[in-house]
Amino acid sequence: MELDQAVLDRVRERAHFIRTETVRLISIAKTGHYSSTFSCAEILAALYYDTLRLVPGEPRHPDRDRFLMGKGHAAVGVYPVLADLGYLDREVLDGYTRLGNPLGDHPDMTKVPGIDFSSGSLGHNLSVGLGMALGARQTGRNFLTWVLLGDGEQHEGQIWEAAGVAGHYGVSGLVAVVDRNGYSLDGKVDDVVTVEPLADRWRAFGWDVHEIDGHDVAAVVSTFRRLRDDTGRTRPAVVIAHTVKGKGVGFMERDFGWHLGWLAPEDEAAVYAELEETR
Amino acid sequence: MSIAERLVPRGPDGTPMTSGSWHIPSMLTSSNGLLRLGRDLGALAADQPVVVLTPDLAFSNGLWAFREQHPDRFLQMGISEQNMVSVAAGLATTGVRPYVAAFSSFLALLCCEQIRTDLAYTELPVRLIGHHAGITFGFYGTSHHATEDIAIMRSIANMTVVAPADPVQMGLALRAYADHPLPVYFRMGRGREPQVYAEDAAFEPGKAIVHSTGSDLTLISGGTTLHATLAAAELLRAAGTDVGVVDLHTVKPIDRDAILAAAGGSRLVMTVEEHNVLGGLGGAVAEVLTEEGVGVPLHRHGIRDEYSLIGPPTHLYQHYRLDAPGIALEAQEWIARRSAR
Repeated sequence: MELDQAVLDRVRERAHFIRTETVRLISIAKTGHYSSTFSCAEILAALYYDTLRLVPGEPRHPDRDRFLMGKGHAAVGVYPVLADLGYLDREVLDGYTRLGNPLGDHPDMTKVPGIDFSSGSLGHNLSVGLGMALGARQTGRNFLTWVLLGDGEQHEGQIWEAAGVAGHYGVSGLVAVVDRNGYSLDGKVDDVVTVEPLADRWRAFGWDVHEIDGHDVAAVVSTFRRLRDDTGRTRPAVVIAHTVKGKGVGFMERDFGWHLGWLAPEDEAAVYAELEETR
Repeated sequence: MSIAERLVPRGPDGTPMTSGSWHIPSMLTSSNGLLRLGRDLGALAADQPVVVLTPDLAFSNGLWAFREQHPDRFLQMGISEQNMVSVAAGLATTGVRPYVAAFSSFLALLCCEQIRTDLAYTELPVRLIGHHAGITFGFYGTSHHATEDIAIMRSIANMTVVAPADPVQMGLALRAYADHPLPVYFRMGRGREPQVYAEDAAFEPGKAIVHSTGSDLTLISGGTTLHATLAAAELLRAAGTDVGVVDLHTVKPIDRDAILAAAGGSRLVMTVEEHNVLGGLGGAVAEVLTEEGVGVPLHRHGIRDEYSLIGPPTHLYQHYRLDAPGIALEAQEWIARRSAR
């Protein structure tokens, strides 16, 4: 597939925007999930700025593609995008996590235009996405439902309930993306409790499996486009995106403890500088 | 094969068995209240984009009858209850109207967090039908009993909790709540509850039904114990007690006025429920009486914070005094204890 260089540059630039905005917003909350968001920055940027068929100004349009954050703790990376797309006011974004603000660590669909479903409890959103994809069949609509899952989230039993049902019914309108950054809260996912052989697990449940480098923008964009545009698919699809937790900030990439944290102002300046260098 | 044909047990050669043998589909003829549930939902589907989900229980809850009418709107989820509840949430966002039915023990207890987080917090109009509630499962044991579901469901914000007394009232309640914009938990028995209500009975959401008033005692009940409570009132009346009965079918939102009226007109109030006395109907009534400063003595009758014995359901109702003579005896002993003070 021919990929326009301008598209790739744009997605790369928006991934950088997601990372810097994540640092800025967490400086307001004084605690947050930097590294979980950095690992999926290219995925989020590709989805919102290329893949998803959204309707400007109509965050609830019935024919829009849906995007669900199974790993809701990376919502801090989505809010700036929603503001950028015009769904959220800038003042609301800048009040992130402050008393009464709609934007919390985990997304709330009843409060935030553009959030397609609330999350925070791991394992739920693949089932919810399955429900949306089945709803598309029931209502005769052609939208796709994309669900971003964490790799630690693969521990959840409900993931495999949903995977089994989606595989059984061949729900091709459902696409899961696993942010395989290798780490959960307590350490390496596969040391905590292994999720391997991950691709084989999904295949065994009746899914088409694609494995990519989740920071290779060309690979992410082209894989997502192929899944979106191939209307002949008959099975649900999963993209296992191999990523680096904390991608873009050296000390975060090396230390799983940054799953949750806060940067003091002097370190924050260094992080902005490093992100600028590596953009 | 039609429903009627499937209800007949057949031997290896396909000929109908003429003995007393039975099999799963034929069970529905003896618990036809649940078969009615499937038909009521089927009728509702004529007016609404109803989608029905069940976790491998269509032959247990009668939704098989719905599938017969609307195969394209029936979603078999297999034995994945938690997944099923979250799927219903996703479906509801696309404009269809999901109805989920499963044993109360698994729906309200196993899926409590999915219900809270994916349906109630998110304000989605999903209907939850918990059937075989209380101890109606008898000797299947505690895993299949649900004597905690009312307490759990009524503590979930945005949730409405309704316990119809019989399959007829269930049908009326389904209709009455058809356009409710938030989730509703319906608590049903096993479909063999004796009929209390006529087909044309009134059902107003959140409004208790006053069957009778009595100056000595008011019995407040609802759901699976209402029929026995009404019969117990007859026994008490025959013994000279002036008894009233209120059907508090909707535990949340609770009909405060009906409770206050009952307490105002009676010297005593006793609640009757097939549920733990902690946090259920009795607890809900106690909250209203206490908050309103009504000093009327209240006795909460039900399962007293314990797990049920094993036994056939009717024997359990007898043991736990949830049949008519038991409820009457419980009331009489309570009244006697009070006057002996």
